[in-house]
This record gives sequence, C-alpha cells and structure tokens, in this order.
Amino acid sequence: MGLEYLIEPFKYEFMIRSLITAIASGMMLPLLGSFTINRNMGFMADAMAHATMPIIAVGVFFGFSISALGIPAAILVALFLGFVIKNTNIGEDTSIGIIFSSFFALGFVLISLLNVSINLEDLLFGQILAVSYFDVFAILTLFIVLLFFFLVFYKQLLFYSFDPIGAQIRGLNTSFLNYLFLIMLSLAIIGSLQTVGIILVLSMLIIPAASAKLLSKTFNYTTIIGVVFGVISSVSGLLLSYYFNLPSGPSMALVATGIFIICFILQKLRNPIYFGTSEI
Amino acid sequence: MKVKNKNKNLIISDGCCVQYGDTLALDNVSFSVSKGKKVAVVGPNGGGKSTLFNAMTGLVPLANGSIKIYGEDPDEAKKKIGYIPQKNLINWNFPLTVRQVVEMGLIERKTLNPFSKKNTQVVEESINQVGLKDEINKNVNDLSGGQLQRVFIARTLTQGSEILLLDEAFSAVDVGAQEDLMEIINDIKLDGKTILIATHDINNIEEKFDEVICLNRHCCAFGDSSEVLTQEVMEEMYGSHNSMFLNHSPGNHGENDGS
Repeated sequence: MGLEYLIEPFKYEFMIRSLITAIASGMMLPLLGSFTINRNMGFMADAMAHATMPIIAVGVFFGFSISALGIPAAILVALFLGFVIKNTNIGEDTSIGIIFSSFFALGFVLISLLNVSINLEDLLFGQILAVSYFDVFAILTLFIVLLFFFLVFYKQLLFYSFDPIGAQIRGLNTSFLNYLFLIMLSLAIIGSLQTVGIILVLSMLIIPAASAKLLSKTFNYTTIIGVVFGVISSVSGLLLSYYFNLPSGPSMALVATGIFIICFILQKLRNPIYFGTSEI
Repeated sequence: MKVKNKNKNLIISDGCCVQYGDTLALDNVSFSVSKGKKVAVVGPNGGGKSTLFNAMTGLVPLANGSIKIYGEDPDEAKKKIGYIPQKNLINWNFPLTVRQVVEMGLIERKTLNPFSKKNTQVVEESINQVGLKDEINKNVNDLSGGQLQRVFIARTLTQGSEILLLDEAFSAVDVGAQEDLMEIINDIKLDGKTILIATHDINNIEEKFDEVICLNRHCCAFGDSSEVLTQEVMEEMYGSHNSMFLNHSPGNHGENDGS
C-alpha cells in the first residue's frame, strides 16, 4: 500500500540520517526565508551559496569535510558580502553580482587546479543520501544554534527589517542585527548544501516562504506555514530521490514549486483564504 | 539624570551644524522648544527638515554646535523620542498587524523573549486611544494613510515618549484618504506632549501650531506661529516663488484666493 512506500525506506540507517538532515534543512531555510523574501534578499542568498565554492575547494583539498567547513565559511562569506555592500557605491545588486560570479568561477578554477576530489554534481545539486553521521551531527548543531538565535532576536529582527530607522532610534544595535541575519542566513545555506546543493539552495529558501505568504495574513503565520511547507518539500524530495535515484536538490525544489503552484491556484480561486485572522 | 531643564526648554539647539561631505545641510541652527508645544518645521525640499530630525535622534553627528534634549545629547536622549518615519522608509512587504507594529514601541535592545505577552494592556490602550480598536488585528497594508499615521502615533504612546517627531507627515498621507494630521493629533488628545512636525503645508499654520521653525539650511526664523511667517522670511526660505506655497492644497494650486 501507499503507506509502505513512505515507511519502508527508513529501515535503512542511511535513510534515517538523510531524514534528519532533510527535516533540519527543510525547517531552517524557510525560517529565514520568510525574512529573505520580504527584505528582497534572494539574490544575496544565492550569492552566498555560490561564494562558498572556493572555500569548499581549498578546505576539501586540505582534507576537511564540507560540514566541518560550514561554520567558518558561512561567517566569512556573510561578513565579506555585508562589508562589500556597505562600502562600495556601485549598487547592491551589482556588488552582489560581481562577488557571486567571480567566487563561483574561482571555485571551479581551484577545484581544477588543485585536483580536488569533489563530486561536482553532488556539490551543485545535493546528495542527501550520502550524508555521514558527522554531517548529521553538524547540521543538527547548526539548526539548534540557529533556532536559538532566531527566537531570541525574532522581535528585534522584525522591528529592524520593518522599520530600520525607527529601530535605530529606539536604541537597537542595527548593525549587529544586520550582520547577525547575514550570518544566520549564510549558516542555514551552507548547512543545507549537501541536502539541496549550491545551485538549488535558493529554491528551498524562498519557495516555501513565498507559498506561505500567499496563504497567510500575518508574518508569524507566514513563517510557521513556510516551515511546514519546507519540511514537506524536503522529505518528499528525499523519498523521490531514493525511489527514482534523482539528485535530492532538484527533487525538493520541484516539490516546493508544486506546493507553490497549488497555493497560487488556491489563492486565486478563493481569494483570499487567509490563515490567521488574528495575530499570534 | 543631569540638569533637568533649564528655563523649561525641553529641546535646545545651539548653533547646530550638520555636514554631508562638503555640503552643509544645517548651518548654525538655533532654537528652543518648551514642553507641550506643537511646532511646525517648514522649509523647501533639501532645506534640512529631515536632517534636523536625524540630528535630534542622533542618526547624524553634529559638525558643530549642540542639541540638548532633557539636557542630554541626542544619542542618550533618543529613546525618549517617539519618531514617526517617512512612509518610504518602511518595508511594507512585511504583513504585520496593527498590534504588532504598536508592540514595537516596547522592543528594546534587551527584548529577547519572542513569546513574552506582558504589557499587552499598554499596547491595547494605545490602540484604543488613537481610535483603532476595531482594526487591531488588521494588516497595516489594508489601512488608509490617516489610519497608518494613527498606528505610528500609537507606537510612540506605547513607548511613553514625551516628544514626538513626525517627518514629512503630510506627504505620507495618500491624497485619496487625506486627513489633516493636526486633526488626528487634536483628536487623539496628546496634551502635554511636545510635537514637532516637518511639513510642506504652511497654510493656516498659525491655527495649527504654536511655533514655527523655518529652515533653509540655516534657521531663517523661529518663533510664534502667528508672527514668524513674514514676507521677508518667506522670500528667504523659498526665494521669489514663495507665493506658490500659499493656499496650496490638492486640486488648488491657485494664488491667494480665499482665506
């Protein structure tokens, strides 16, 4: 029966590992995605994912695993991007674009020059079935740290994102909040590289959050529903990946897009079927 | 706290200068505002109205002179100021409710509990006071311009600010739902609060405000609203086109007809 198809794969240990990773990625990306889409930072997020290429290339060359590189790479990329955007006056989009493409290119060149043994397809499109125990440990730690900071600074981040000047006058440390968000975003992205891959990490970041935005009236609901959609997408993507031997990133991205299309049609049909008429 | 307020002046600007690169945005601006006054800050675009507010809230440093609020420098005093931003400085993508926006008045650097529900009463009282009780759970994007102003005024009430700064307030109100901000303010009964409004609308200014600060990079004039706007001051502020700014309202760009 249908249910067996859902349960049967999880008698293998590697599938349990993959499941935990899928859920963690499926939760942390949309969590930050709700902020990302409203702050129009999708391009920035995509650049972060791509800019990790050279760091991964050099790191793997020296024998580190991608998970072990995660945290320092994330912080480095976030601070660098934040700094460059703040201190160049050629426009945010342009500076992001330059970093995006040049770092991505540098990554490929380094992989080639250093003869690094990385499966490029896995790195670009994700290979969740190959996660190790260490990977699971790394991504779970990341997830917990991220969730902690997200909850603690949720109100301040929301205030800052909605009304930056008001937040500054109110005495919030806006420059800290700005970098905190960039680092959190970068951590979620790098933590999810093995699940979704560099190229498609953006899809899991923004599509579940965008679908949720179509259906919900308040920001808190957008965030919660986005996380639910994210987990549905990542777990379904994992199963598709298992049964049809597909790369996990594209499978998850397509499920997320499917959900988006359904939400879009629902919203058009019953405009508006909002969740949450009251605040939470 | 240090000197509370010498001669009842809450805000004292003494020769305040603000410089952006090589340009002086504010040049030697001096005035003082006492408690409970309603003050219009008028002047042409680029005249320094926003810059003055930015200086008062510590967003831009002073190149020279000083601003004291409650006897303190802007950086220390800014938390006591309720600031109502220009509409285009807000990120309207966020689907927030009236309650959430008003609650922001309570958020401080040490606000770290995402689930705390304390002070709900303060929030609800502020919302009732501005007359938005029925809109409390509405999305702010569904409100009219006048209602939005009320939301942000409610936010400053939650903060307990005694000083309100409203930047470009009138232009933030969309023409379709234009409500005179002073009417809103009178309606809300903000007695005792000191209110500064940066505005383009200098019609009937003496009826609406107690005092006027005229800015054209430097302070052209400051004083009682019925006396300040003389022909010379108008000319100094707006040049020879000063008549264009009189009796200027939506649908009426005429000369001095009426009033």
